[in-house]
Amino acid sequence: MREITYQQAATEAIQEEFRRDPHTVYMATDGQADLQSEFGEDRVRVTPISENCFAGAAIGLAGSGFRTIANIRMATFGFVAMDQMMNHAAKITYMFGGQAKFPVLYRMTVGAGISAAAEHSVSPYSMYMNVPGLKIILPATPYDAKGLLKTALRENNPVVSFEHILLGGIKGEVPEEEYFVPFGQASIRRQGSDVTVVALAKMVYDAMAAADDMEQEGCSVEVIDPRTLVPFDAETVRDSVKKTGRLVVVDEACQTCGAAAEIIALVTADDATFAMLKAAPARVCGLDVPVPFSPPLEKYAVPDKARIIEGIRGVMSKAPAGR
Amino acid sequence: MVPDRQTLIELYTTMQTIRRFEERVAAEFFAGAIVGFVHSYIGQEAIATGVCQHLSKKDRIVSHHRGHGHCIAKGADLKKMMAEIFGKKTGYCKGKGGSMHIADFSIGMLGADGIVGAGLPIATGAAMAAQLERKGNVAAVFFGDGACQEGEFHEALNLAAIWKLPLLFVCENNHWAVNAPASYSLAAGNITRMPEAYHIPSKAIHGNDVEAVYRAAGEAVEMLRRGEGPCFLECETYRLHKHFLSDALEDVRPHEERKAWAEKDPVTSFETKLLRQDVLTHADIERINEEIMERVEEAHKFAIDSPYPEPQDALEDVYSK
Ligand SMILES: Cc1ncc(C[n+]2csc(CCOP(=O)(O)OP(=O)(O)O)c2C)c(N)n1
Repeated sequence: MREITYQQAATEAIQEEFRRDPHTVYMATDGQADLQSEFGEDRVRVTPISENCFAGAAIGLAGSGFRTIANIRMATFGFVAMDQMMNHAAKITYMFGGQAKFPVLYRMTVGAGISAAAEHSVSPYSMYMNVPGLKIILPATPYDAKGLLKTALRENNPVVSFEHILLGGIKGEVPEEEYFVPFGQASIRRQGSDVTVVALAKMVYDAMAAADDMEQEGCSVEVIDPRTLVPFDAETVRDSVKKTGRLVVVDEACQTCGAAAEIIALVTADDATFAMLKAAPARVCGLDVPVPFSPPLEKYAVPDKARIIEGIRGVMSKAPAGR
Repeated sequence: MVPDRQTLIELYTTMQTIRRFEERVAAEFFAGAIVGFVHSYIGQEAIATGVCQHLSKKDRIVSHHRGHGHCIAKGADLKKMMAEIFGKKTGYCKGKGGSMHIADFSIGMLGADGIVGAGLPIATGAAMAAQLERKGNVAAVFFGDGACQEGEFHEALNLAAIWKLPLLFVCENNHWAVNAPASYSLAAGNITRMPEAYHIPSKAIHGNDVEAVYRAAGEAVEMLRRGEGPCFLECETYRLHKHFLSDALEDVRPHEERKAWAEKDPVTSFETKLLRQDVLTHADIERINEEIMERVEEAHKFAIDSPYPEPQDALEDVYSK
């Protein structure tokens, strides 16, 4: 199969959907030449640096029958557009009693790893998870970037796509034929029997590397990528935990009130799953600090393979609770 | 653009409908039948009326917390409005929005926003839609002098200006944002200096004179339909109630100021003028008012007779299908 980058895959999704539906608009503070040349400057607009305004314009377009992508770029800029995303996009379907649909796709990059310091590095998805009305996708591979964005562009609700800054250039297999990746369907990246590791975004790759190492120690790790956080596929994770009895959730976002905590709560709220636990679930998350600039500091602030291994060993070392 | 006789009567009827509706809402509120925040449009009726007279269902508007007048002027159903304000299942939003969040997408009323200034960016999107549709449709956004203090206001002016959006900015300058005077909060002094800085044609008019609003809005909407870019109207007005209906809320506005503006009541002054100019007789006015009162009564009865939503309806409509 052909291999293309994550970024190319994302662009393909947009191109396919924009060709199909002329009532589509793309807005970003910088031009994307390939989209602009194909769809024109009317539909692919370079905005002023007014994130809150074009996040809101996307809502007005949606309420007027258009489907809009607002590419906010970095998730830290998204904080400037919080009013429109949180107070309006998320709520107006509900607040207006379901009268209208609001098909808006907000794209943002997340994550640390490029020495961009705290104001250009953040992974705030759990803040958005706390606001009902948004769907949240977290594509980790080129295949999923295209498939999830395609689904997002057929969705009749606001979708927030968090795309890790280090993944844009990675290559992966993407079919030529059209396909969709449905929301709420986790992907089991690696089968295992001793411990379940749920990893988010770029952490999928670090978790896979950790699983390779653990294999050599005779520990069989199952790695699950949820792919979408809202809706979240608790079933797949529960089935895995019922098999392994152990759960580690890996996320580079800060630990406090993060997605990892919510995932553990969701998965273990099920009595049948809880009963199969052999150890308390563990989190391997970013430190509760703003992302620092200097490489050794930044590297220390987010989880890596070594810290994931530490986390796995932690849950493996605990004796099954005398059941 | 001078309104003909029929238009004058329509303007009067719309303004009076808003007035009677709002009077009934206030009475019900103070009788304890309505809960929450209710921002009365009484005193500002001429603005929504004069602007919306030029708009069709295909033109879209975005409103704000003081939004009942915009809904009525755009042609919303009084029954569904009243039911929404009463929190009933038959309301426009099935009781999920209330007074501050009435919307009717079928008539181009894209909803009222309770976050000051937030309707402006949304309206730029509605205007983009009109621009992309290329059918000569326009959008209008209503907001107060308080909203001019928000960044969203400036971002929306800039965006509308650079993209020549068919958007009519309608600033309802009632001089106060709760208890803070605009003279204190707005460094620009004249509000129109701000749109002028963005090269948006603007005009300050007497917002209690429905004919003045009608004329200015008519010229502006024509420019928008020709694709000449956004326009801005500052309509000077005054709210005759407190910021929201409440016994407890303080009102620091000077007594003399309130009295002076009460004498410039947009509805009664227009009525007097129509009588003086023989556009309407006393009998006409009585008949029109009776019809309006009947509609308001009917709306109230509908609201009272309608059921509340079931508690578990709270779970519906978070997402659309
Ligand atoms: C962002 C935001 N800040 C504060 C408020 C509280 N608030 C509601 S209305 C209002 C005053 C608005 O004044 P203006 O825009 O002039 O409209 P008016 O009430 O005078 O019609 C304020 C401060 C709010 N709703 N939203």
